[in-house]
Amino acid sequence: MADSLAPIEDPSAAVVGSGVPPVIAPGHTFGSVTDKISSIVLARKTPPGWWFGFLIAFFFTNVLFASMAYLFVKGIGIWGVNIPVGWGFAIVNFVWWIGIGHAGTLISAILLLLKQTWRTSINRFAEAMTLFAVACAGLFPVLHLGRPWLAYWLFPYPNSMTIWPQFRSPLMWDVFAVSTYATVSLLFWFIGLIPDLATLRDRSQSRVGRVIYGMLAMGWRGSARHWHRYETAYLLLAGLATPLVVSVHTVVSFDFAIAILPGWHTPIFPPYFVAGAIYSGFAMVLTLAIPIRAAYGLEDFITLRHLQNMAKVMLLTGLIVAYGYLTEAFIAWYSADKFEMFVPYNRTTGPYWWAYALLILCNILTPQLLWFKRVRINVPLLFCIAFVINCGMWLERFVIVVTSLHRDFLPSAWGMYKPTIWDWSTFLGTLGLFVALLFLFLRFLPMISIFEMRTILPAAKVDEDLRTT
Amino acid sequence: MATAHAIYGLMAEFDDPNALVAATYRAYHMGYRQMDAYSPFPIEELHEALGAPHSKLPLIVLIGGLCGGLGGYYLQYWIAAITYPINVGGRPFHSWPAFIPVTFECTILAAALSAVLGMLALNGLPTPYHPVFNVPRFALASRNRFFLVIESKDAKFDLEGTRSFLETLNPREVTTVAD
Repeated sequence: MADSLAPIEDPSAAVVGSGVPPVIAPGHTFGSVTDKISSIVLARKTPPGWWFGFLIAFFFTNVLFASMAYLFVKGIGIWGVNIPVGWGFAIVNFVWWIGIGHAGTLISAILLLLKQTWRTSINRFAEAMTLFAVACAGLFPVLHLGRPWLAYWLFPYPNSMTIWPQFRSPLMWDVFAVSTYATVSLLFWFIGLIPDLATLRDRSQSRVGRVIYGMLAMGWRGSARHWHRYETAYLLLAGLATPLVVSVHTVVSFDFAIAILPGWHTPIFPPYFVAGAIYSGFAMVLTLAIPIRAAYGLEDFITLRHLQNMAKVMLLTGLIVAYGYLTEAFIAWYSADKFEMFVPYNRTTGPYWWAYALLILCNILTPQLLWFKRVRINVPLLFCIAFVINCGMWLERFVIVVTSLHRDFLPSAWGMYKPTIWDWSTFLGTLGLFVALLFLFLRFLPMISIFEMRTILPAAKVDEDLRTT
Repeated sequence: MATAHAIYGLMAEFDDPNALVAATYRAYHMGYRQMDAYSPFPIEELHEALGAPHSKLPLIVLIGGLCGGLGGYYLQYWIAAITYPINVGGRPFHSWPAFIPVTFECTILAAALSAVLGMLALNGLPTPYHPVFNVPRFALASRNRFFLVIESKDAKFDLEGTRSFLETLNPREVTTVAD
């Protein structure tokens, strides 16, 4: 590649709109965008900061493996779950992780259909985040099965026991929803990567890199006929992923809403779960994007405009979640059912009142700061708010799972739930797995979609009158 | 034309998308049909300029989705009502409302798989070898350069004539692509 950077193609035109921060800093060309993003992957020397972060995450990944090994040996008695609270951390973490994944699909699919060009620089790593979050989420229900090695019994396959799964159970719906979601997210992510893998194949200096990226790129050569089908496929996948993402958290909420337990058996659950999922997902995207953009110097591509827009989405979905909490309390009162009316009373004054109070503080009060533009453009503060919301959304799932289970209809069946060290180690372990996978992704794959970044450059616009020439 | 069998075609390199789109329109007007344009990002106009037909992909995805939906529903019906009927709270064996979520997921799964596999199949990917990669500068097709290749199997292809036509389009360079 003796070719040097092309001259700057009309830098002033790079600013999209006026008075609004741009989605890409002015002055970039096809070549500079390609070089900047691919150099992170193709750099021969791994930065020491990467090793530091990765090794910490890798340590916690091993904590996860150790916890899983002990679980396989001893059974779920090592966790704090018991009757009446049979759904402790495992289900809390499952719902939390899968919710986080939803922002990736929202950014990559829904914002694509809505022609929001600002999604371009954040969709790739948001999709990676989705995949890794779904991988962490999928572990928990399996580990919670009691005999996790028989998890394949959940799938309908002809077997010598001549038994079949029960499709009237929302837990079966979950199997299909989560496995479909994982598969479609992986396809969407991989399809998006193909042209960039071709770029890496063509630019890699090492033979190993050329071979591996070359195999993954499958011989992509940027043919116009291929691009046409590629765009069609990508758009169709976005159209399919959009209802899918809504269905996944709806089905997750059915796990609760189909049960007759007070506090769970409510029709507000599906919309409120989906809004909560997007809320927590955007919080996680911000939690990751802010340090990554600083560490890799990507302020040109992930601009203040992106951070502000994500903050606005968080504010909106946070308000929907707040409305969900209000509706829950109102319907409990309006139902005049004493068991339902007891739920909000118990949540606010019962033994887990502190979790509910923290939840309101983290999820309802803190994001109100985002009404102010000064807060939205204050990057460290935005990071803190996003982090607080992540904690708040975890607490929300804790409150939903634990408070409803620990006080059901008969006081004689009441009990308390206390997580054990193994609950915590498994949870921290999945955090480690998630971060470790993310580090590997940042090192080996382009974290920003290079070809899509090229399309938002002003030079990519084709004149309309060419046909007549 | 003695060496035509060893030549895949002629490749013209351009600096920007406008030049490539204009050149493709010109080549089409000149009567060239066996050609392809290569760019580092999707350019809608190129597909039209090449005179390429509409893609069959949406139909494939529709059929895939329908098969997934019908198959998913039938699977549940067959399990719950025929091969392994279990009475749950006196509900009918064919309790269709409970089958909707899984039917929906199967529809999406099959449609998404047909979109991806259909796209790859129609594009002929994976393609381990393609003649355009014989040109070293073609590596820039995935960075910032735009290429038009007129293939030697085109009826109007003539090494000298086509080369001089391509030269009129103001390319950076015209290269012969070995097969």
